[in-house]
Amino acid sequence: MRTEDFRLLKNKRITRDYFVMDIVADQPLPDIMPGQFVQLRVDNNRETFLRRPISVYDTDYARNTISLLIKEVGAGTRAMSQLSEGAVVNLVHPLGNSFTPGDRNSRSLLVGGGVGVAPMLMLGKYFKKSGLDFKFLLGYQSSEHVIQKERYEQYGEVLISTDDGTMGHKGLVTSHPGLLEGEYDRIYCCGPEIMMKKVAGIARSAGKFCEVSLENTMACGYGVCLCCVVETDRGNICTCTEGPVFNINELKWQI
Amino acid sequence: MADLSVDIGGLKLKNPVMTASGTCGFGPEMEPFIDPSDLGALVVKGTTLKNRDGNPYPRMAETPSGMLNSVGLQNKGIDYFKEFTYPRIKKYNTSVIINVNGSTVEDYVELTEIINDLDGIDAIELNISCPNVKMGGMVFGTHLPAAEKVIKAVRKVCKKSMMVKLSPNVTSITDFAKLAEAEGADSISLINTLLGMAVDAKTRKPVLSTVTGGLSGPAIKPVALRMVWQVAAAVKIPVIGIGGIMNATDAAEFMIAGATAVQVGTAMFIEPTAAVDIVKGLDKYLDDYGFDKATDLISTLDKQ
Repeated sequence: MRTEDFRLLKNKRITRDYFVMDIVADQPLPDIMPGQFVQLRVDNNRETFLRRPISVYDTDYARNTISLLIKEVGAGTRAMSQLSEGAVVNLVHPLGNSFTPGDRNSRSLLVGGGVGVAPMLMLGKYFKKSGLDFKFLLGYQSSEHVIQKERYEQYGEVLISTDDGTMGHKGLVTSHPGLLEGEYDRIYCCGPEIMMKKVAGIARSAGKFCEVSLENTMACGYGVCLCCVVETDRGNICTCTEGPVFNINELKWQI
Repeated sequence: MADLSVDIGGLKLKNPVMTASGTCGFGPEMEPFIDPSDLGALVVKGTTLKNRDGNPYPRMAETPSGMLNSVGLQNKGIDYFKEFTYPRIKKYNTSVIINVNGSTVEDYVELTEIINDLDGIDAIELNISCPNVKMGGMVFGTHLPAAEKVIKAVRKVCKKSMMVKLSPNVTSITDFAKLAEAEGADSISLINTLLGMAVDAKTRKPVLSTVTGGLSGPAIKPVALRMVWQVAAAVKIPVIGIGGIMNATDAAEFMIAGATAVQVGTAMFIEPTAAVDIVKGLDKYLDDYGFDKATDLISTLDKQ
């Protein structure tokens, strides 16, 4: 964990609501694992006081760059979307834990919805490198909202669901046959809480391993404000340091 | 290089910059970013006799130039602290202060007695101002007879320097400061958070699970400065200024208004190095303005 100034290399709008920021450091990147996140400071904006937690979308150790997939939701992310090339971007990073990979014979399904597709790219990249068998299952509103499909396809098969059926399966990601009937034994999931709970329920009734990545609101990101807690069998614990990735069996979710 | 040392009622600090309780955990959490030994003092997270799980999520709302929290004194209790945290933090080459909380006067007394035996702890900060607990906390800090009872009882047993942390949620904070002084406090720290709330207009729900919470950050700095100035004029014991200090200039302003030392709180959530940066910045400020000693800056407000 450290605080570090990065420079903005490229800020690219990829769909109506999403953009990808590529930022570069002067020094080598620390090891960044899939599921980890950064706390990005938003400067010169009177509506934002705290840093914004953003999960790492991709890393390039050869160029010391981190890519962040960001959804424009409020004042902080709007200000980020307007930053231009060369701007200084201050991070506290890398934060949080990572996903738990299975063994050589494991087959995994990487389920992402909304901005939750971001950590799944890193995880797929890591699984491919480790020679693990997996598929992506990504859910969007419609084809025009699909995020950089080819980027995912570099690493593995991509199953898509769209609410309106303009690409892939029609309906929510939780109704995709790949999830309901697919052959896999591990699920990794990140997305809206309602989606993660549904996926967790499917995993639990099928007796499958399932990890979810939470995005609770937080102030610090390094375990001192105690604001981002989630209720677990160990009591209230910080999502930022003990998570964001949790096995569903640790959480007190009603599923 | 100015002399940064200050004395806060029988406790000499190497510099006037502490971390505020609840903003640096117990110290080890911040070691990736700072060396806690560089601080004037480390004030650890509010501690209670028994484990407390705190309030349900959500506990935080960002607000203009600040934030609301309703953590509710989540901590593992003094036994856990003694066994696991204390051995690690007593090694810091700085003063360590425990923020002491309770639901009853007896809780505060029992906890203080346990802390008496911990040689590596230099002071207690008697917290009678937490706004996020149903029992105790601010109830003691907003009612003079209750405040008198708890301060008197703790003073009777406390063998360490005793700092009393005041609530701003009162009509006349100087009454509470004078009371603390009369009951034997060695120093006074202020302000704890201001009671506030946030509403989500889209859902018409409160943002915090507890509806109300404590406001901190630069949003409260002018209120804190005013209260520090009033209290410093009303008592003779040292005053520790807290409230929205983000940089060395802010810290200097509090000292000019009458604070002997300061605590850096919410800033630690945004810049984990903030308190240590402020130590360096304050040194530079003193040099720039021709002060040899930090103590020469205290109560130098020029009203002419």
